[in-house]
Amino acid sequence: MEHIRTPKVEHVSLIDRASPRKPCVGTLYLTASHSIFVEHDAERHRETWVLHSLVCLVEKLPTTPAGCPLLLRCRNFQVFQFIIPQEKDCQDVHASLTRLSRPERYAELYCFSFNPNTDKEAREEGWSAIDLQAEYRRMGLPNHLWQLTMANRDYRVCDTYPSDLYVPKSVTTPIVVGSSKFRSRGRFPTLTYYHRDNHATICRSSQPLSGFSARCLEDEQMLQAITSSNPGSSFMYVVDTRPKLNAMANRAAGKGYENEDNYSNIRFQFLGIENIHVMRSSQQKMFEVCDLRSPTMTDFLWGLENSGWLKHIKAILDAGVFIARAVAEEGVSVLVHCSDGWDRTAQACSVASLLLDPFYRTLKGLMVLIERDWVSFGHKFSHRYGHLDGDPREVSPVMDQFLECVWQLSLQFPCAFEYNERFLLHLHEQIHSCQFGNFLGNSQKEREELRVRERTHSVWAHLWMNRADYINPLYRPDHSQTQGVLRPATAPYCFKFWRGMYCRSEQVHQRPPTVTDVLTTVREESQQLEAELSAQQEVPRGTAHPPVLSCFLMMCKMEIKLCALHCIFYLLKCRFPCHRGEPESLLQGVARNKLKSSDPDLSTNSDQESGVTDLSCLSPSSGEDSVKDPDSDEAAYSTA
Amino acid sequence: MEFAELIKTPRVDGVVLHRPFMPTVEGTLCLTGHHLILSSRQDNTEELWLLHSNIDYIEKRFVGSLGTIIVKCKDLRIIQLDIPGMEECLNIASSIEALSTLDSVSLMYPFFYRPMFEVVEDGWNMFLPEEITLTLLTDEWRLSSVNKDFGVCPTYPQLVAVPKAVDDDTLRKVATFRHGGRFPVLSYYHKKNGMVMMRAGQPLTGTNGRRCKEDEKLINATLRPGKRGYIIDTRAINVAQQAKARGGGFEQEASYPQWRRIHKAIERYNILQESLIKLVEACNDQSQSMDRWLSKLEASNWQTHVKEIVTTACLAAQCIDREGASVLVHGTEGTDSTLQVTSLAQIILDPCCRTMRGFQSLVEREWLQAGHPFQQRCAQSAYSNSKARLEAPVFLLFLDCVWQVLRQFPCSFQFNEHFLVLLFEHAYASQFGTFLGNNAAERLKLKLPQKTVSLWSWVNRPQEMERFLNPLYEPNNLVIWPSVAPQSLLLWEGVFLRWNRSSKCLDEAYDEMVHIIEYNKELQSKVNALRRQLAQLETGDGLLETP
Repeated sequence: MEHIRTPKVEHVSLIDRASPRKPCVGTLYLTASHSIFVEHDAERHRETWVLHSLVCLVEKLPTTPAGCPLLLRCRNFQVFQFIIPQEKDCQDVHASLTRLSRPERYAELYCFSFNPNTDKEAREEGWSAIDLQAEYRRMGLPNHLWQLTMANRDYRVCDTYPSDLYVPKSVTTPIVVGSSKFRSRGRFPTLTYYHRDNHATICRSSQPLSGFSARCLEDEQMLQAITSSNPGSSFMYVVDTRPKLNAMANRAAGKGYENEDNYSNIRFQFLGIENIHVMRSSQQKMFEVCDLRSPTMTDFLWGLENSGWLKHIKAILDAGVFIARAVAEEGVSVLVHCSDGWDRTAQACSVASLLLDPFYRTLKGLMVLIERDWVSFGHKFSHRYGHLDGDPREVSPVMDQFLECVWQLSLQFPCAFEYNERFLLHLHEQIHSCQFGNFLGNSQKEREELRVRERTHSVWAHLWMNRADYINPLYRPDHSQTQGVLRPATAPYCFKFWRGMYCRSEQVHQRPPTVTDVLTTVREESQQLEAELSAQQEVPRGTAHPPVLSCFLMMCKMEIKLCALHCIFYLLKCRFPCHRGEPESLLQGVARNKLKSSDPDLSTNSDQESGVTDLSCLSPSSGEDSVKDPDSDEAAYSTA
Repeated sequence: MEFAELIKTPRVDGVVLHRPFMPTVEGTLCLTGHHLILSSRQDNTEELWLLHSNIDYIEKRFVGSLGTIIVKCKDLRIIQLDIPGMEECLNIASSIEALSTLDSVSLMYPFFYRPMFEVVEDGWNMFLPEEITLTLLTDEWRLSSVNKDFGVCPTYPQLVAVPKAVDDDTLRKVATFRHGGRFPVLSYYHKKNGMVMMRAGQPLTGTNGRRCKEDEKLINATLRPGKRGYIIDTRAINVAQQAKARGGGFEQEASYPQWRRIHKAIERYNILQESLIKLVEACNDQSQSMDRWLSKLEASNWQTHVKEIVTTACLAAQCIDREGASVLVHGTEGTDSTLQVTSLAQIILDPCCRTMRGFQSLVEREWLQAGHPFQQRCAQSAYSNSKARLEAPVFLLFLDCVWQVLRQFPCSFQFNEHFLVLLFEHAYASQFGTFLGNNAAERLKLKLPQKTVSLWSWVNRPQEMERFLNPLYEPNNLVIWPSVAPQSLLLWEGVFLRWNRSSKCLDEAYDEMVHIIEYNKELQSKVNALRRQLAQLETGDGLLETP
């Protein structure tokens, strides 16, 4: 609280980018965790909540006659612009928010103060919702080929790895230790995915410290053991996800890549995914394109090309496809690494797993996959997503790219994924917001030291609780698309610009419902109808002269039934609104969009606050009264 | 029969057909007067029937005595035929070339096609001009038959809607002042506020600023007292200026003080044709480079054209609906970009145009009757390397724009994407006569209604219609404002990538969607039935209770 200079500023305007000419006036409050804007309108009292930890940039723009504009850019790509009447207030708010949005210590992060109304038991249960040992068991491990190694107990061998790891049965602790000494940061080759159908595996590690000629017997034995653990193949692939040039440059620093001559039975392959710095500047360039005011088609397409973003997404998906094909079609195990094995390796391994195993295309499965390939294997969440004020060169949209790969795949296979786009967006937000402890720190070890399990809540329990919001209406567990291995096309034209993610601030308002919205609504309605029908069948069929008692029972049940029916008809009415008098004005959109500490999931474009409002979204937000779409070229229309 | 002369080899055995994403078929290739047929002569395999008129371009290749013909179709599909024997291959190729470029319209397939279905509702009589405009008419407008013999304007229909205050003599004079005799006529009447949209050819002001009092009178007659109107010129200002040198021009402020003129730059003719060729070339590029794809997509400018048309249509719609002003739209001839704008504006403004019947009526009224020269524009498609003269994908661009709006408002259209794709196909090659000829006069001369079957007769049969109905449709009486931001306008994959990717998963998703909606309807009717039953029980119980 010591950072808040002014807890409350009156007569602040919130400008909506969708219609900058209609600001709404209200009061801006600064709390320890949120900026809250309350509109003055007596009728509506709408609130906009912005979590400090989601703010990545606070910008003071040049003063205008209307006041001092203050721009908040959020890590989930939302943008808020306030106009504060007094220069002094603006400075104070700017200074406070700048400090609040850049916590210096973990203890300042929201997850340590976030306290939803759940008891201790429920919280602990939440933390055990995703159990990685159960996941390895699900894959069929341990078995006659693979065993759990004790080598990394207490993080003795590698402090960025989890403590429980699977290695081939023949691998002894000395081999693990020896191999780890030959790998960057001790990240020795270990199993991440086991393909039950044919025993082929995906293993991961960091780069070998091979330099120009160094060798390590234990490391060679390790790879040999991995190859032999796959009875179906006489060789394995070693995949370096970096561009060849980068890997070669690393040799000069005593690192590098495996020499095919030193390892028996490996086939080596580069996959050409660029490093975190290239990715960071690529995403930055893409934002600049999204930020353009009334861009032409040429501006947009040229900017998109110039950013290179889709090229990088394609490279990651191509890497995943290569690995998945090796495992599923050739039955060959693959060892994946990059430099440290926590960014590109995580991307490639998780995309490949997603393609190989339908489980990861379920809601629970994606949680497990992220927990395994990202959280447990030491993806540096706090560094990459700038949870604390630190080195900006460590920040990079690695996870954004993985989520985008999932989204791109869901375009090609609309029925294959149990979760919808909203789930990916919320996940993205949670990774940045630090409302939950899951993504804190940079390794499992750090999280243990921070005692996140005791002091914070788990995001998985929270997402699971709200799972109804995240279900893809087209998903059916028995559908052919949900079975087996996915074989996506990766021709350049298969990749789309992810508007839902990168144009957040404009899309929340005034958009006609998408097909997914509509189908979700219809499916929910069907479920209610189903429940209604099945309840109905329990009512005893009235005979010509029912006994008095059963007749009475029937009456009682019927009353309930009629109530339910009324509900249904009410809902149906909402589904077919005639002219809804007042169209939603812009701020309602923002209000919907508010971030309440008790329910952070309202923070994105949730049209699903309640079943009823949701049903009304069947009718596109259009019409003479509605505010014109933000995107339409305003200048072109100012004809008067 | 003259076709026989053109067919050098009517039949070749052992031909292998390669199609994208489909298994290869080996069979017998037959050429008929209008079709290329490949049949494996087995019961369970599908036969290929390709209209010669659908063939845009063919390429020949030889490896030893095995010839290969690559057939590039106007619907953008590319198929490959491996033909054993050099001579057969050459014969087939030259036959196809001759048959696919027949000069005479009356030799086209629609004149030979006999429907295998019973025509219940004749499409030729479905959208008579009287009926179309009758609904639009108020006491301010009338139907004029000044063009009964196509003498005043050869590209207009016989009946046109004009202001009541203007007599036929005035119309004749105005026609001499407008390009191609296309005097301003009513295109759309906005019931909500009585505002109208008109379209015309450019005024022939020439370099010395010729005026035409009758023209001014005509368009002023559409204004409410004290109100201003908007003239939307679909050409950039410099293009419009240049037109003066060739006798054309635009409405000068001095002569039309009550009108405000806005210029928008919608491209025409060969620029559009080149754009299509580049786009299709980009889509067929097999290289895996993202940069190359995006830069080719950008360089084709296709998406820019789409954006420009949608923006201009929004502008017209906004003038009418928001500003409460009447609008006159024209470009040069008033047969291309003008129609793109007027018809798309109606999609935005008028919910009727978003229904199946209404959209057909729109195409009939704003494209066929309004004199868009389909036969010239659709003579060649993206693969032809003959120099484009009059060809241009004007109608395809319009369909693309409709698709963009449909995609943004997935529940507001009664028809689906398949219907738009169907119209694209049939505009370029068809067994139906609907898109033959360049204007109403030509169609009358060709006796199309008597000699050919209308596309609408076929589409509107319940069996066919079902495929083209949007399961998500909920009538929406509002004006729909599409977004024109570049990120809202996507490449129309249903046309441009249709043959480059497998549609299996997307088709499955569509089926799943239909299933979800149908299941819901089923449940609803069950619940409704139960409700009735309950209501009966309730009254019955009431009776039981009384004694």
